[in-house]
Amino acid sequence: MTTVDAFSTDPADAVPHTPAPDRLNGSSPRTPGAELPEHPEFLWSNPDPQKAYDVVVIGGGGHGLATAHYLAKNHGITNVAVLEKGWLAGGNTARNTTLIRSNYLWDESAAIYEHSLKLWEGLEDDLGYPILFSQRGVLNLAHTLQDVRDSVRRVEANVLNGVDAEWLEPDEVRKVCPIVNTSTDIRYPVLGATYQPRAGIAKHDYVAWGFARRVDEAGIDIIQDCEVTGFVRDGNRVTGVRTTRGDIACGKVALAAAGSTSVLTDMLGLRVPIQSHPLQALVSELLEPVHPTIVMSNAVHVYVSQAHKGELVMGAGVDAYNGYGQRGAFHIIERQMAAAVELFPVFARAHLLRTWGGIVDTTPDASPIVGRTPYDNVFLNCGWGTGGFKATPGVGWVFADTIANDEPHPYAAPFSLDRFVTGRLVDEHGAAAVAH
Amino acid sequence: MQMIRCPWCGPREEVEFHYGGQAHVPYPAEPAALSDEEWAHYVFFRDNTRGAFAERWSHSAGCRRWFNALRDTVSYRFLAVYRPGDPRPVLDQTPTAGASS
Amino acid sequence: MSAPFRTASGGRVERSVPVSFTFGGTSYEGLRGDTLASALLAHGVHQVTTSIKLGRPRGVGAAWAEDPSSLVQVEEPFPDPMQLATTTEVFDGLVAHGVPGQGRLADIGDSARYDSRHLHVDLLVVGAGPAGVQAALTAARSGARVALVDEQSEPGGSLLGTTDLVDGRPALEWVGDAAAELAAAPEVVHLQRTTVFGVYDDGFALAVERRTDHLGGAAPREVSRQRVWRIRARRTVVATGAHERPVVFTDNDRPGTMLAGSARTFLHRYGVLAGTRAVVLTTNDSAYRAAVELADAGVEVAAVVDTRPQVPAHWAAECAGRGIEVRSGSAVVGTRGTDRVTHARVAARDGGAVDDVACDLLLVSGGWNPAVHLYSQARGKLAFDTSLGAFLPTGRLDDLLVAGAAAGAQELATCLRQGGAASATALVELGLDVVPVPVPSTPAAPPVTAPDLVWTVPDVDGDTSRQFVDLQRDATVADVQRALGAGLRSPEHVKRYTTIGTAHDQGKTSGVVTSGIIAELLGGGPDDVGTTTFRPPYTPVAFATLAGRDRGQLFDPVRTTALHDWHVRAGAVWEDVGQWKRPRYYPLAGEDVETAVLRECAAARTGVGILDGSTLGKIDVQGPDAGELLDRLYTNLMSSLAVGKVRYGVMCGADGMVIDDGTVLRVAEDRFLVMTTTGGAAKVLDWMEEWHQTEWPELGVHLASVTEQWSAFPVVGPRSRDVIQAVFGPSGVDAANEAFGFMTWQDTVLDGAPVRLARISFSGELAWEVHVSSWHAVAVWERLVEAGRPYGITPYGTETMHVLRAEKGYPIIGQDTDGTVTPQDLGMAWVVSKKKPDFVGKRSFARADNLREDRKQLVGLLPVDRTTVLPEGSQVVELAESGELPPPPVPMLGHVTSSYRSAHLERPFALALVKGGRARAGQLVHVPVKGRLVAVEVTGPVLVDPEGARRDG
Repeated sequence: MTTVDAFSTDPADAVPHTPAPDRLNGSSPRTPGAELPEHPEFLWSNPDPQKAYDVVVIGGGGHGLATAHYLAKNHGITNVAVLEKGWLAGGNTARNTTLIRSNYLWDESAAIYEHSLKLWEGLEDDLGYPILFSQRGVLNLAHTLQDVRDSVRRVEANVLNGVDAEWLEPDEVRKVCPIVNTSTDIRYPVLGATYQPRAGIAKHDYVAWGFARRVDEAGIDIIQDCEVTGFVRDGNRVTGVRTTRGDIACGKVALAAAGSTSVLTDMLGLRVPIQSHPLQALVSELLEPVHPTIVMSNAVHVYVSQAHKGELVMGAGVDAYNGYGQRGAFHIIERQMAAAVELFPVFARAHLLRTWGGIVDTTPDASPIVGRTPYDNVFLNCGWGTGGFKATPGVGWVFADTIANDEPHPYAAPFSLDRFVTGRLVDEHGAAAVAH
Repeated sequence: MQMIRCPWCGPREEVEFHYGGQAHVPYPAEPAALSDEEWAHYVFFRDNTRGAFAERWSHSAGCRRWFNALRDTVSYRFLAVYRPGDPRPVLDQTPTAGASS
Repeated sequence: MSAPFRTASGGRVERSVPVSFTFGGTSYEGLRGDTLASALLAHGVHQVTTSIKLGRPRGVGAAWAEDPSSLVQVEEPFPDPMQLATTTEVFDGLVAHGVPGQGRLADIGDSARYDSRHLHVDLLVVGAGPAGVQAALTAARSGARVALVDEQSEPGGSLLGTTDLVDGRPALEWVGDAAAELAAAPEVVHLQRTTVFGVYDDGFALAVERRTDHLGGAAPREVSRQRVWRIRARRTVVATGAHERPVVFTDNDRPGTMLAGSARTFLHRYGVLAGTRAVVLTTNDSAYRAAVELADAGVEVAAVVDTRPQVPAHWAAECAGRGIEVRSGSAVVGTRGTDRVTHARVAARDGGAVDDVACDLLLVSGGWNPAVHLYSQARGKLAFDTSLGAFLPTGRLDDLLVAGAAAGAQELATCLRQGGAASATALVELGLDVVPVPVPSTPAAPPVTAPDLVWTVPDVDGDTSRQFVDLQRDATVADVQRALGAGLRSPEHVKRYTTIGTAHDQGKTSGVVTSGIIAELLGGGPDDVGTTTFRPPYTPVAFATLAGRDRGQLFDPVRTTALHDWHVRAGAVWEDVGQWKRPRYYPLAGEDVETAVLRECAAARTGVGILDGSTLGKIDVQGPDAGELLDRLYTNLMSSLAVGKVRYGVMCGADGMVIDDGTVLRVAEDRFLVMTTTGGAAKVLDWMEEWHQTEWPELGVHLASVTEQWSAFPVVGPRSRDVIQAVFGPSGVDAANEAFGFMTWQDTVLDGAPVRLARISFSGELAWEVHVSSWHAVAVWERLVEAGRPYGITPYGTETMHVLRAEKGYPIIGQDTDGTVTPQDLGMAWVVSKKKPDFVGKRSFARADNLREDRKQLVGLLPVDRTTVLPEGSQVVELAESGELPPPPVPMLGHVTSSYRSAHLERPFALALVKGGRARAGQLVHVPVKGRLVAVEVTGPVLVDPEGARRDG
């Protein structure tokens, strides 16, 4: 992985100062790992919408931006607008816990997530942006004999699908992540774990902004504060999008609105089997490196990594009810903290610094919906549940291809809306970060 | 964490309740007569309303009885609770879906 | 070590109680009541740490939680990362040092106790300053249930840092009397050192009480260190005061630079002079008090630098009387110094020469930001008030009111009045009779001159790179300019680009300033920019505090059967099954799991074994329509079951996938006992209730869980009849096949205990399930074990149970199924009624995907080498003729769901879900095992006794 020199500045050069006397603390003046690469001098312009575009992408999050990027890069389609109702990448892109992995159970899922992971591995160069993709591996802990069976099943399937995966015994778990409580006398002892070494985390804003900058450079219009209020329909086609910033004519429409998808599909009279739920996450203050990998546990409901600046980042559980409020109930957080301290006793005195919520769009089989709709020129991408961020480049690629060619990319084909009618589901409930 | 008014027990903490999704989706009278698509819509498709939403709740750690509620999915506020079989109440005022976000 | 900056008298510190602590390796003495910051300032120590990116010195910038810079790591008595010197109370033995921005966790767990309490009140008052105390008094005298919650060590709020008079006497005397009255009121809970950190729906607030942190090593072990209060309030009055706002100028981060009001707090509360020679920069009247009071305490105040062209006459006169120079229309454009400010660089705002004024203390006031965090968390809307230069609440919420400085009140009298009024309003709404509390008198405040709105003071050379907006993140005006130049407009984007507001203090002092700077740079007002979202918690809360008691064995309830102690004595090895502890196997001396299970299996197949099956779910289904309900939920017909008989049934979801299975006993015409899997017990009851209550309320049925009430022991094996006959024969039971047929049950009595016997077999062997009230479980179990001794009766666990049922091809739902498996996939088309017009799931069987020939079906697998036990979870692939797998992705046929060594077959075997599996019977496929391809033969799933000859013994 390379970092991009253009962004690395040395603030010490700019500001002469007297180093701290040793009596104050033993640390060096600049705490290792405590700073991030700077963002570039220019990210994107803020154009007013034009009258018409070949493709209107609705949703200016990671998925919408990645779709626009690959429309331009892979298909030469640049007369495109990305509409965002609020601030760019301010929805789930800004609210997720940035885990990237591809160790999904079913072939269909492994294919699209592994495609995505491979793109992640080259994304820093593609975007020319320091997205801080750090491949530190993910452990999925097993706490019951059935967890072990399910885990081995997933590892074996991953290996045959070309996804890196291993089964680790508790002593090997301890080697990868020494602070996991592998004691046998805890309530749900760790019986082992699956391990995907190529999994990692990235910095979400950097990813979104990296895509946005490329999109802007390609001549695509990023239009913020532009909420879609309706569609202009002509038979089986949508010819225009009504927005808070005026009507926009369109050749094709691509929905990439995650938790808000149903608001749009309701306007189109299109039924989509998703339910939007609050999903919370939280961070601690900045801490010295203590947690070298990512750990997930479905049984004890933990999902934690230590991000680049040193903060512990955790996903919490899904609130049971439907909700568009981008916030959840605190008992979910309290339960999360109990689980965290149970599995990581050293986290006891870490502090909850900030909690927030996103709107997670869930489907009956915990797999996304990507592809065509009953409208000839409307394309749908939603239902990613907790998997959206990790899929960003992969689905951007696949969705752009689907839009450009008017037929589902092979990786998208299994995730058609039609599968709920035929019954050919891709049931990934066991693989979701949070069992919901 | 909300205080939810169980129609039988009165106000109780949210943690005592279980969510049951959209209300007023009756089991089809004759499933065998439905097309695959119609059946799929019964099994998998539910409204995902932004705003006032009629939904089912169960007071699972209390009286264990099911009831229906009208709730604003943006503010999360319960606008009304009512017993199964009762019609969806008509609200005096429009819920404040957008205003309270 | 003497403390040269401690005043001779005054303050709230206990001058007779010295405490010793260590900071940065140096020992100091402080006083009880000090914070780490006040104790260090008393010794003239201003620099606490260095900044995270630039390594610049950082000192004490404020007196409480809003301080962005005095980060410390506590090492003793227990490592506590990222504390503030300004909120850490000193005690004997405290060891701490500064940190630049990353804390350090202890490498061991925390043995302190944490707990939580619930509190239900009419009125929650947050903040025990003047507004909060008046609000609480009003509510208490009116007989309301009140909680008064305040984060400081004692009540008073802003009054702790002033010399204000209330009712003609020191304000803290008034506070003290009020606190005493509240303490005597029966319905009042008054909590200090308790921070309300979040406000949620329906008056729910969360607070954390720091109960022993200030005691250090003297903390009693039996007292929880911290406590979470879960407060449900019918109304809440937020009286959280205001945070003073800095002004941004070049080199505004040097230690010795401090908010003006905080210097007053250090003086009046802690008896500490923050410097010897001060310059005061202000945009408003409030900082004049600091100048005057510090001067009166002996600090030389070199100048008050007021950005306004017109200075307030009253305060100008007060300054003149003390020889303090007031420079109007001027500002501080920079500082000099290294690890402490030595000069404030003062210049007229319209330009001109820069005058370096020597000082070791630079006090700053850019106005006041109401602490609107809780109001905003409760989704109250803010609006920028230009006359006050601050974001204010736009009103009240349904159940939350804001009073005092948090609502923008400037004067003490206003705070007192608003506190009482907000409380009275809330009480009236709650239907309580308000006993009004007269608003105490306060001295007339001097006339107020309108404040100036100054976010930044331009650098004389236009260099904005050392104008710090967020001191903890080392983020400057230059960073904000770069962000806007990059095309960013939203404050949320600017925050992410610059990292302003993301640090430990979450932007308490930098957030509003950033909005102001953005507005200034883009043109427009702060209202056009708005603020970033205020999110809980208000101040950081330890993970362990929130975890409370839900740790270790209390993390999740442990469910044990009535026989648990017997199993313990028998040396059981446990398996967690849901919340249950179940014996997995009972090893004899020297046995491992494999040998123990082979022995247990052999006993059940050749002699007799006994299993504690009490965890199986049991649901009592009663009512005239009980059979009808079961008919609609099971795939087969239950209503036709005769009383006295037992039937196996499968339940599917609406999607046609198997969700549970078990046996059903018809107890009476209108009564069934439904048995479920252990893990499915609660789900199946919920499932039945849901359908009954929401879809078919017309059915006359009642459902009750009796899982805990009935213990159940399968007695299994060819000699089980002997055991049953021996134990129950004297009660009149005839265990012969003719008298007690397969899948029937009979009631009997043993030693006065009612017992139900059912001939059910989950092993294929002759077997009875013995059901008995859990009160009598141990006695009946021991009778069975005693009676079985001549036949070598062997207790067996879940592992053996799994082997025995797998040999018979009986699936375990959740192990051999995964939510994608139909009864037909399991080879159980026989359990799916053709007669019933409908049942839940039936329609789904006709979908396209259910008709595919290549669906995965449950089959048996026999490793050809007769030795390999296939790991459960292994994948099944086509036979690779070449002996090697093709490159990935390798097509998979399915996976191994269950795999065991069979004592009976004398070889390992497995169950698997395999695509088109039944048609593959007799074929060879491969299973990759640790890099090796194991050839296995596909068979039917029933490997032992396929003709069913053994069940009758």
